[in-house]
Amino acid sequence: MRFLAPLYLLAIGISAPTLADSRMDAAPYAYVQLKDPAQEQQAKHLMETIRCLVCQGQSIADSDAEMAGDMRSLIRERIARGEKPEAIRAWLVERYGDWVTYAPPTRGTSLLLWGMPALLMMLGAALALGRIRKRGR
Amino acid sequence: MRKVLLWLPLMVFALFAGVLLRGLVSPESATIGSKMVGKPVPQFSLPPVVPSHPGLSSADLKSGKPVLLNIFASWCLPCAAEAPVLLELQKQGVEIHAIAIRDKPDDVVEFLRKHGDPYARIGSDVSSKVQISLGSSGVPESFVIDGKGVVRMQHIGDIRAEDVPQIVAALKAAQ
Repeated sequence: MRFLAPLYLLAIGISAPTLADSRMDAAPYAYVQLKDPAQEQQAKHLMETIRCLVCQGQSIADSDAEMAGDMRSLIRERIARGEKPEAIRAWLVERYGDWVTYAPPTRGTSLLLWGMPALLMMLGAALALGRIRKRGR
Repeated sequence: MRKVLLWLPLMVFALFAGVLLRGLVSPESATIGSKMVGKPVPQFSLPPVVPSHPGLSSADLKSGKPVLLNIFASWCLPCAAEAPVLLELQKQGVEIHAIAIRDKPDDVVEFLRKHGDPYARIGSDVSSKVQISLGSSGVPESFVIDGKGVVRMQHIGDIRAEDVPQIVAALKAAQ
């Protein structure tokens, strides 16, 4: 059956890919850095802390998804126009919620997250102290 | 009572381990809903993608009557799957506008020829800018927009036959 091998390869080659990708070229600034290094630095930092929508768990700086490329281009174009990175982040959060940023604003729920360990530590210390005192008597 | 207390730490540990294991076995794949629901459509103006349909701007979505805004692409398979349902909605009198994402004119012409054409206007969004400004995270997605141009509902993924009543209800409520 060895003679069939090329046929298999051919079959794999001609089967239509079902990838959800367009035939359009990448957006202008998806893979092109800004000329001004300071602006590119700002854009890079922002892109590293914006979450990719279609490849969740990656930042748009790390992702090759088309939508991540479009978002990078959007960010670079806006920074080139002089917009502040935090204003762009806020604009994205307004649309996608805190989910989209890796640097979420401090809110009630995140206070709970950060406060709980300290609270539990104090509780544990109080408990331990009580025990030690009891034993001392 | 003492016995229960003795086993409590182990039980708590088992609970934590269980939660973490579940996360490992079936990682969450959240769909990210748009936060634009309840807010006015952002300003935009998109050129036409095919000669047969005019382009789409935010002003077209403030026509005084609710419309369905469909975000689609000719290269997206579920978009082809929802095409018959959109045609059915159009037959019921729903006005449907579209934004074509990263699409080429020839491809859109071919898509409409193959899968039917429920659209009144089609705007061309070549680098997903308007899609992002709407808080949409993929294709296909649809938004119910009321006569004043306020987003009333978002449907993520292809509209299936069973989703139609919900969409129709949202359009009615937007009147």
